[in-house]
Amino acid sequence: MTGSQKHLKGMSYARYGYLFALPFIIVFLIFTLYPTVYTFVLAFTDAHGVGNEIKFLEEPFANFSKILSNKTFINSMKNTVLLWILNFIPQITLAMVLTAWFTARRVTIKGQGFFKILFYMPNIITAATIALLFHALFGYPNGPINEIITTIGLRDSSYNFFTSKTAARLIVAFIQFWIWYGNTMIVLISGVLGISPDIYEAADIDGANGSQIFFQITIPNLKTVLLYTLVTSLIGGLNMFDVPQLFLQGGPDNATGTAVVFIYSKAFTGKQLFGQAAAASIIMFLIIAVCSAILFYIMRDKDAIAAEKMKKADMKARRKGASVI
Amino acid sequence: MSHKASSRNGNLAYKIFQYVVCIILAILSLFPFIVMIVNATRSSAQIQAHALSLIPSHYIKSNLAVLTSKTFHPLIAFRNSAIISIGATVLCVYFSTLTAYSIVAYDWKFKKPFFAIIMAIMMIPPTVTSIGFYQFMYKIGMTNNFAALILPPIAAPATVFFMRQYMIPALPMEIVQSARIDGAGEFRIFNQIVLPLCKPGMATQAIFIFVSQWNNLFIPMILLTDKNKWTMPMMVSQLAGDMYKTEYGAVYLGLLLTVLPIFVIYFLLSKYIIAGVALGGVKE
Repeated sequence: MTGSQKHLKGMSYARYGYLFALPFIIVFLIFTLYPTVYTFVLAFTDAHGVGNEIKFLEEPFANFSKILSNKTFINSMKNTVLLWILNFIPQITLAMVLTAWFTARRVTIKGQGFFKILFYMPNIITAATIALLFHALFGYPNGPINEIITTIGLRDSSYNFFTSKTAARLIVAFIQFWIWYGNTMIVLISGVLGISPDIYEAADIDGANGSQIFFQITIPNLKTVLLYTLVTSLIGGLNMFDVPQLFLQGGPDNATGTAVVFIYSKAFTGKQLFGQAAAASIIMFLIIAVCSAILFYIMRDKDAIAAEKMKKADMKARRKGASVI
Repeated sequence: MSHKASSRNGNLAYKIFQYVVCIILAILSLFPFIVMIVNATRSSAQIQAHALSLIPSHYIKSNLAVLTSKTFHPLIAFRNSAIISIGATVLCVYFSTLTAYSIVAYDWKFKKPFFAIIMAIMMIPPTVTSIGFYQFMYKIGMTNNFAALILPPIAAPATVFFMRQYMIPALPMEIVQSARIDGAGEFRIFNQIVLPLCKPGMATQAIFIFVSQWNNLFIPMILLTDKNKWTMPMMVSQLAGDMYKTEYGAVYLGLLLTVLPIFVIYFLLSKYIIAGVALGGVKE
């Protein structure tokens, strides 16, 4: 590998490296970087509606102060975090339990492949469709869920899930949980399968039981994967839009309105206040950037960094050795 | 002796408990979709009388007639979604593999910072920069233009990252070297030697990109205002409108139609999809 690369260098193939990366770079500059920078710029302007002239604000941070003192925005941020916590805690708990069951080496569950396929399925189905399907299932007064409730005698009459803030939030959180726990489970299982079997063999020889093995070997070795799941789920959670938007358009009384639902309604409905929506986007962008910096730090290639350090130290030592001679 | 027997009983109870939980979760995964499929075949009057039934009826045709007589146009949306999803998938997979190859196979000066940038932006979702994206597309007249949805996936950091990870062990540089000795050009080597070797990895990515493009709601929703350009997930929102308020059968049928292609893909490819998720090939 290194031999061939040296050879490449000698032949000066480097220009093909640039050439092949060029389409990515051009498209990235036009469709990602420019819109990102432009969003930052718009956050300091009075942009509203379409086709209107855009002027910079006299007070540069006016949009930001407006957004940060906007009760609906603060409420939407709170909803976003609340809905994320309500879905993530049961999600990670169930995924961990299933991971423990599906990777246990003494008591194996038959039909694992079948269960995995079914548990993962909601993750791949269009979220917009799922939101409206649940809207139909929880329909009032005669949706399937209400029929179950009244038939088994849980209540005498139908319950209107759509006017209760708590019920609406719980349903949205449940949908998110239902969509994601299978995905999390598969990621965790693959993490467990990546742990060296030698460690487990040693534990077996020492006579550790199932729960000791799970809590003292599996979980500590799964730390990176768990952190990865936590951060990616948090970023995804901050970005939650399809389900709350289509389930009840963020209602009732903005109880399920998330930050992205807020940005959408600011920019694309009513007065179309793009400047303020851009300011809200920048706030979200910064939060997500911090989260992904954490992820970047977790996922950095430790082996490569160690190898690089070794190489540098080695070169230094050699140079020193050479100068002595 | 008795101690052993009781622990065996305990094990059995534990095992039954595991299966019960798994079966309940399996039913939970299927229940909403079964209700959707069955109710798509039942008349609105039947659903109004009994919303829950496991026995299909024979009203699918009349439901379809009601559905398409109003604002829901499945064929137009299907065509639009197919154009966008297939176009974006082909471009994304091809150019991501090309970009990954440029990182894996060549030594160029800015390779390391370039890859670091790809890693850093991998997680930034397009929603938070959508305001600038929309205003820019509006200015250059590309709202209601599918190109605004098909071209950006050419620069997909997550796919490049995956293809790089895939390529490092899967692509022996010796083969590339010997092709060079035979006088093949670099671009031809990529298309005729590297691409076929990367096919399994590209196929995995293609499934995930297609599905996520098909399911994408936010960006198409802000960009496509012309109803003839609407995608399937956008068309779904029509079913929430007053027009379909009492047309229960038609609503369930409409929901079913929007996810039909995804169901087909999943039941044909679920094995590969699960394996792909385990590889960390998917990120949302």
